Amino acid sequence: MAQLHGRRYVRAFISGFFVAVPVTVTFLDRVACIARVEGVSMQPSLNPEGRHESDVVLLNRWHIRKFEVQRGDIVSLVSPKNPEQKIIKRVIALEGDIVKTLGHKTRYVKVPRGHMWVEGDHHGHSFDSNAFGPVSLGLLHAHATHILWPPNRWQKLKPLLPVEHESAQND
Amino acid sequence: MIRRIVGKTLGLLGYTIQYGCIAHCAFEYIGEVVICSGPSMEPTIRNYDVLLCDNLSRHFFSIHKGDIIVAKSPDKPSVNICKRVIGLEGDKVCMSSPSALLKRHTYVPKGHVWLEGDNLDNSTDSRSYGPVPYALIRGRICLRVWPLESFGPLKESPNGRIQDNWP
Repeated sequence: MAQLHGRRYVRAFISGFFVAVPVTVTFLDRVACIARVEGVSMQPSLNPEGRHESDVVLLNRWHIRKFEVQRGDIVSLVSPKNPEQKIIKRVIALEGDIVKTLGHKTRYVKVPRGHMWVEGDHHGHSFDSNAFGPVSLGLLHAHATHILWPPNRWQKLKPLLPVEHESAQND
Repeated sequence: MIRRIVGKTLGLLGYTIQYGCIAHCAFEYIGEVVICSGPSMEPTIRNYDVLLCDNLSRHFFSIHKGDIIVAKSPDKPSVNICKRVIGLEGDKVCMSSPSALLKRHTYVPKGHVWLEGDNLDNSTDSRSYGPVPYALIRGRICLRVWPLESFGPLKESPNGRIQDNWP
């Protein structure tokens, strides 16, 4: 009798497992996930305290399913230099825009088709498009919409374009 | 009566979501069937060949030189391209076409791969858009499924463009 019960529990566990794992993975891949932000490259928007406290952000993956982003959005993407690493940056320019760079090879860069220009808010302390050039939209991972943790910093992340880039747009 | 209909609908919805999620996981992490169109990989892959693509090797970083891969196009992320990996990061590759007199060489940067089609005269590849980030790779083609008479693994590169690491 006990053996029968045990077998039933195992069967229930296995069937639940085969429902729960794919649903969770798909949700994390398609809809939303959360991630801890490390590093100082997005100060002061994220991690303003430096290394003592790190923010947890909500990454919306549904927003970027058609690879549509706006200038000023904070997005996470796979680092073009290291495919194992994800980086979080602000979109500065989209395809066709002319960007004034900060310490890139050339002074002005025209963003090619299907690419975007990303920069960290903390200039000079960020490994961004000024180092590796425009990045392909295919590397886009998610759109960061909210700060979830710590609770006193709970807020919606607003799109924001740095002042020095506002004039460089080409609509 | 209404209760039964609602219950059945919910059950059906649940099954749809469940199988949709299983399908997503299978296509994303295990493998998928792709139909390759376009002339860029001829004569290895002809137009409308059905191929089996394994999406597992990209997660383990086991893409090697000479593999045929499916990747997102760097300038149109919603379009997939099918090319051969000619060089991995740090390799020296030839940028110009084989008939060019002056050969120009370049090194593949970190985290990137160099892709070329087998049909060098009719292929838009790394020679026009440069090295491609590794993360754009979706999977590795491992088998041809259709047409049946050429079922099996695909042939090696016919062009001899893959160079061994230079000392």
